[in-house]
Amino acid sequence: MSNSRRNFLKSTGAGLIAGMLPISLVRLSFAQSSQDFTFGYISDAHIQQIKGNKFVRNWDQGLKRAVAEANLLDPRPDFFMFGGDLAQLGSKAELDHGADILGALRGKNYMVVGEHDYYYDLGDYWRRLYGDEYYSFDHKGVHFVVLNSVLTYDDWNNKWETPMRRMQEMALLDNPNGSPFMVGKRQMEWLKKDLAKQDRNTPVVVFSHSPLQKIFRNWNFWTEEADEIQKLLAPFKQSNVIYGHVHQIQYNQIGNIAFNSVMSTAWPWPYPSTYAQAESHLPILTVPMNRADPFDERDATGWQFMNIHSGRVDTSFNLYGNENRELAWNDKRGHLADTRYQEKQDRIPPQTQY
Amino acid sequence: MRNLTVVLLMLIAGAAHADEFTKEDVARWQAEYEMVAREGRKLWTSGELGTNGVACAQCHPNAANTHAETYPKFQKQLGRVGDLWEMVNWCIRNPLQGKELAADDPKMIAIVSYIHKERKGVPLAPGKH
Repeated sequence: MSNSRRNFLKSTGAGLIAGMLPISLVRLSFAQSSQDFTFGYISDAHIQQIKGNKFVRNWDQGLKRAVAEANLLDPRPDFFMFGGDLAQLGSKAELDHGADILGALRGKNYMVVGEHDYYYDLGDYWRRLYGDEYYSFDHKGVHFVVLNSVLTYDDWNNKWETPMRRMQEMALLDNPNGSPFMVGKRQMEWLKKDLAKQDRNTPVVVFSHSPLQKIFRNWNFWTEEADEIQKLLAPFKQSNVIYGHVHQIQYNQIGNIAFNSVMSTAWPWPYPSTYAQAESHLPILTVPMNRADPFDERDATGWQFMNIHSGRVDTSFNLYGNENRELAWNDKRGHLADTRYQEKQDRIPPQTQY
Repeated sequence: MRNLTVVLLMLIAGAAHADEFTKEDVARWQAEYEMVAREGRKLWTSGELGTNGVACAQCHPNAANTHAETYPKFQKQLGRVGDLWEMVNWCIRNPLQGKELAADDPKMIAIVSYIHKERKGVPLAPGKH
């Protein structure tokens, strides 16, 4: 455990408990120390209603654990992010139940919308709970942008006989009748204007649900306007994109843009490369998470602690059933690197995905 | 003696007949398999195997990370070598909170057919971890 983490978790009985917990934090680091701060990142809870007030225990437990652990962080992170897919099928009951659990989080919490929150009523109830689907804010000299990257074609939205059918079709990850995620024209215009106002030396962090890079279209590990968005981010000295949706560790570097994913609190997904019948493009920098143990329901799930320093985001993956993973900005290499496993000879058998 | 010869001739003729199958036969047999695998995909994505609405496809898109080619293999939690259908039942019992199926239940055969279909072309590697 690094010194900074020890400091972060020290103090009182909570520190003792937290010391035994695999706490993961997301750190952003920037050139001026006034731009150094931390935040927590929880994502992809997939709260699923069985009937009435009965919900799938497994997914409830994943989110409850993240919130409980995040509440032990001391000193407190500056804020939290939730990366989308609070619900499984976007109903009022699921969003309300999810909001109840997430509401126990102590501190400011910003929300990203995911497709599972959106496609039942095209975001109506989610907006009532959380407000705008896309927005930006500034914190300690860093510019943060939140996007709704899970929109799709109107024709597709309108072709289903009921809203629930539309939701179910979009919820099925490998659905050949699905539709690709996109940001859409209106939001692209907004993004251009929002970024045009920023100084090129200002560190930028973009939060989206789907990756703003093209990895595997079949499972929507993909956003249609990814290339266009990358062009908008390229002029900034330090751009960072953090995304959910993929339920696995991914990271990449494209020009000045550092990308990394966050884990789900609910369940892990296979790497696209393990599907034998289609081509996919996992960034070669990525050292995969361990293959999940099917006998441990919390394995390969977790949440993140991020540290912002010198314009970059370090991520600690707080893994419930596994050793934590630490992803840190490596100045020499000019990209994010795993602090233990980046070199080929340091990798361990469970990281081999097939 | 003559009767015995007739019987022998009939047996030989019968055996020769059994060896022959036509393009139509192959097509029909393939179609039978595809139909069962399709039924498996339906079960895989529907959530009806369990009691909580969770579907196999939620964790296993395109049946990925099922590693059909590695079975039978040792599972430390079972303490012995197990087969693919036993792991399917583990998932039905636990994440799906459902009732396990017999190995020869048509539903189990459909699920296993679907898993193998998605894993087609991957070399057999029994015992692999």
